Amino acid sequence: MTPHILTRTLDRSATIFLIIVAAVGILLPLSNLLFPEGSALHVPTYLMALFGKYVCYALLALSIDLIWGYCGILSLGHGAFFALGGYAMGMYLMRQIGPRGVYGNPVLPDFMVFLNYQSLPWYWYGFDMFWFAALMVIVVPGLLAFGFGWLAFRSRVTGVYLSIITQAMTYALLLAFFRNDFGFGGNNGLTDFKDILGFNVQADGARAALFALSCLALALGFLICRAVVTSKLGKVLIAIRDAESRTRFLGYRVESYKLFVFTLSACMAGVAGALYVPQVGIINPGEFAPGNSIEAVIWVAVGGRGTLIGAALGAVVVNYAKTVFTSGPLAPYWLFMLGALFILVTLLLPKGIIGTFNAWWEPWKTKRDNANAESAAREDGVIEPKMAE
Amino acid sequence: MSMLETRSTPSMLYLDGVHVSFDGFHAINNLSLTLATGEMRAIIGPNGAGKTTMMDIITGKTKPDQGEVLFDGSVDLTKLDETQIAELGIGRKFQKPTVFESQTIEDNLLLALNVDHRVRGTLFWRQSKAEAATIERVLETIRLTDARDRLAGSLSHGQKQWLEIGMLLAQDPKLLLVDEPVAGMTDVETHQTAELLKEINRDHKTVVVVEHDMTFVRELGVKVTCLHEGTVLAEGTIDQVSANDRVVEVYLGR
Ligand SMILES: Nc1ncnc2c1ncn2[C@@H]1O[C@H](COP(=O)(O)OP(=O)(O)OP(=O)(O)O)[C@@H](O)[C@H]1O
Ligand SMILES: [Mg+2]
Repeated sequence: MTPHILTRTLDRSATIFLIIVAAVGILLPLSNLLFPEGSALHVPTYLMALFGKYVCYALLALSIDLIWGYCGILSLGHGAFFALGGYAMGMYLMRQIGPRGVYGNPVLPDFMVFLNYQSLPWYWYGFDMFWFAALMVIVVPGLLAFGFGWLAFRSRVTGVYLSIITQAMTYALLLAFFRNDFGFGGNNGLTDFKDILGFNVQADGARAALFALSCLALALGFLICRAVVTSKLGKVLIAIRDAESRTRFLGYRVESYKLFVFTLSACMAGVAGALYVPQVGIINPGEFAPGNSIEAVIWVAVGGRGTLIGAALGAVVVNYAKTVFTSGPLAPYWLFMLGALFILVTLLLPKGIIGTFNAWWEPWKTKRDNANAESAAREDGVIEPKMAE
Repeated sequence: MSMLETRSTPSMLYLDGVHVSFDGFHAINNLSLTLATGEMRAIIGPNGAGKTTMMDIITGKTKPDQGEVLFDGSVDLTKLDETQIAELGIGRKFQKPTVFESQTIEDNLLLALNVDHRVRGTLFWRQSKAEAATIERVLETIRLTDARDRLAGSLSHGQKQWLEIGMLLAQDPKLLLVDEPVAGMTDVETHQTAELLKEINRDHKTVVVVEHDMTFVRELGVKVTCLHEGTVLAEGTIDQVSANDRVVEVYLGR
């Protein structure tokens, strides 16, 4: 019988993961707000902002693992959906500046005044309203992914070819957003944010709230992914990953399934980008750089593809390493180290951190569970004829 | 399509004048074949005769260059893709057993079940009593009940063959295309497979079986078609076909 949605979604490791995310999401902001600076229990604001960034990356990694780990779609352009979500949020934040900009124009952001815009471009309409921007954070990446996926999956573009066109997609967006006349601030991007929902975006309170929200988004994203991959649809995704053509012969419309997870994944990446931007205080076309998307795929590979938790863990671990190394004397070599890390993981830990841990832990756990079951049966006086192999 | 163009035949499967070439190589040449509803047919033929390619054409994997392929009287299969053809009720077992190796045997059957295959229905799918019973029944039939939680990839070649036949049973199609089902099986297993296919056929399913194993074909006891170089060389009982001079010639080599 199919287990209930809650039991199948929340197995033991999923529960542990959620407890950790919740604990971090609650305790970190509290310690930042409640304890005075200098106290041993105080987490400084800059650290909270840094961890907030990692949490957003973890959500992005989760979205990549959903399509790559479970459905075999290797997107090397997921940074584009992240950046689009970020721009949607950035546009809201720009419009919140109002007349406080350098040029004091109540409607036009500074860069538009500087570039002699006479009026707000139509695609900036509505972004002064938070609900609209929040909707666009999901809708814009979702629509792009839907359109892109509809064309690509229907023409059965798979494997390396798909990866290459996802790179081309993010690169094309990079070039477009670099242009001043595209209307998104050119290479400077959007920055100098002031308020979010009326609160000063730089203030500790707003930062703490943004951090907690990022953790909440990560938890929700994780729950959605778990619900999807543990459903029958999740089994179909794995079937597509392992034997795409076979799946068609069973009557599944493979392209619809791919389109569904690809779009869902892009929406999640968009949310991650939207939470990222107010915490780092800027969004510029650099976020579309093809290298960013590749880096995100490396996080997933390092943490363990097809495990969800591994993806989140990989994002945090690799980015923590990046922070440590790029702020020290080894900074110029970070990219080499990242490359070496990727090669080492591929060769030595092909299942990533979590996958390797599971491979080591599962047989041990099974043995223990069997032993427990056996002793329980003996206590109950049930004589087991034989244990299943 | 106008009414005039719609062809209708009383047969379950109707191939007429089918041609397929791969880069100038004629794999299928003017192939014509008819199966009545509820019939079982054995197809034999030397390596490269085009047996698998014929199944590729019927299931939409390969599009014929020429010719007619009709299912269930009037459905033109050349206009449909793999998914649509599977949904019509044509199931296939592949020559190289193709199961979902990283999933359990039970999940393999579950994936094959004849239920709503659309995204939404699959996302919110919950197993009904009837579906659970179907899976139990199939597991029993293919003798894998005890192995239900094992990964399909851990099965032996012969067991994979059975699992794939089990998937066909769960799929419950009208027409079954079974490509070399007994390769890698022991004599006992081969015999059991023949019994199983005969039983499936007694359930009013139309079955096409491709096989090299003559003992097995003899055991099926059905009409035999011999293919050679993409065309029908001989058709009849196994005794008639194996006595046919041209069949003997292609099998013994020229
Ligand atoms: N996609 C393809 N591209 C090129 N040639 C092909 C393709 N598919 C089949 N062929 C060729 O068509 C011919 C028929 O192949 P097919 O697999 O149908 O033979 P078969 O009767 O199933 O043989 P076997 O008994 O070995 O399985 C072979 O010569 C094969 O090489
Ligand atoms: Mg063949």
